[in-house]
Amino acid sequence: MFKFKDPQLANRIIDELRKMNLNIRLMHACGTHQDTLIKSGLNSVFEKLGVEIRQGPGCPICVTPANEIEEAITLAEHGLTLTVFGDAMRVTGFSKSLYDARAEGCDVRIVYSIGDAVKIAEENPGKNVVFLAIGFETTAPATASTLIHGVPENFYILSSHRYFPPALDTLLSLGEIRLDGLIQPGHVSVITGLSPYYALLKKYNIPQVIAGFEPLDMLLAVYSLSKQIIACSPKVENEYTRAVTDEGNLLAKEYMTKVFEPYDVVWRGFPVIKSSGMRLRKAFKDKDARIVFADFLKDVDTQHYEEPKGCRCNEILRGLVDSFDCPLFGNKCTPEHPVGPCMVSVEGNCNINYRYTGGKKLKI
Amino acid sequence: MCLAIPGRILEINGNIAKTDFGEGIVRNVNVSLVKARVGDYIIVHAGFAIQVLNENEAKKTIKMFKDLLKISA
Ligand code: SF4
Ligand code: SF4
Repeated sequence: MFKFKDPQLANRIIDELRKMNLNIRLMHACGTHQDTLIKSGLNSVFEKLGVEIRQGPGCPICVTPANEIEEAITLAEHGLTLTVFGDAMRVTGFSKSLYDARAEGCDVRIVYSIGDAVKIAEENPGKNVVFLAIGFETTAPATASTLIHGVPENFYILSSHRYFPPALDTLLSLGEIRLDGLIQPGHVSVITGLSPYYALLKKYNIPQVIAGFEPLDMLLAVYSLSKQIIACSPKVENEYTRAVTDEGNLLAKEYMTKVFEPYDVVWRGFPVIKSSGMRLRKAFKDKDARIVFADFLKDVDTQHYEEPKGCRCNEILRGLVDSFDCPLFGNKCTPEHPVGPCMVSVEGNCNINYRYTGGKKLKI
Repeated sequence: MCLAIPGRILEINGNIAKTDFGEGIVRNVNVSLVKARVGDYIIVHAGFAIQVLNENEAKKTIKMFKDLLKISA
């Protein structure tokens, strides 16, 4: 049905970009975009054309701070059954990961969907089952819909969900890095629609294009951004109209609003970001693991945590450096033995770079 | 955790749709967040469909690619 891989078209766009004589730096914020860029080799093509693309805070696992992982570990250590996406298993809390906790005898189970977690609760009525809910606007509606449609009594949510647009706002407001344009994440935009991006345009006057995930989508996004940059006329453009509408997914937004309320929360690599966390509303407080099991969690000391020594994930998430700038990349830190979360998650910058390059920067 | 792939709906029962992801992979997907019909292409994230892909818009984008290159060629 979709012809978004046509190499001839791709080459024509690359020719057009070459004529533009570019020297720009863009940011995208999505693991799937990074995957497309590296897998298709477009990353090095862009570099040759004078277009540098950084990943930014684009992976929900990478931005979840250690104390939230520690909360999950603590609940498991108190005998609860913890259900979690596979990627979150190897990210460390203060000293160990959920994987380590499982090795020590805790009941920690990998699920592919919140639906699997609910099923575990149904099949084990004698156990309390907690789902560590990670993700942006793309996965939060699933959590919301599940709660609205009803869950077993012994099922609880530990919400690490986050609203994505406030992170971009914070990143731009920090002003640590010069960015000429943003490639906005297609899947988050499917839910949010375009309004958050108009707000960013108004505040920062920065060119933005919402892009899909095929190589041609990325090429067109870079092409449209380049045109905006050259013409000095920043806009919000939507290249992914086959999935993203102006108003977004209204039903999903309604569910999220019913179930979650915003609160200030820390992101890995960032200071506290205002109104960026999703916490369960009072109406769902009997499903909120942080409230129901507050006693178990009161000893989680969030004051004394240091990132692994030498790991530069913090700077990677703010777009300041690339995996290749980290001295641990590819030697002390690999997907088999990850040091930081960006190497753990299959959507993390370090993991993607390592998988497709074997740890060596591709010659361009 | 959320690398998403499009799939095509084969069958719907309540909120659950049997979905074909190609290469012989068929999985159940929760469709409570979208208005989907059998035959639709959906984008699936962690077991939930978050949007139905719009075929007309897909064709328009392809046309846009082509027009764009014609003009600047
Ligand atoms: S949630 Fe979706 S949009 Fe966000 S990083 Fe993951 S794949 Fe990309
Ligand atoms: S290579 Fe490893 S240690 Fe370095 S930034 Fe990435 S995850 Fe952290």
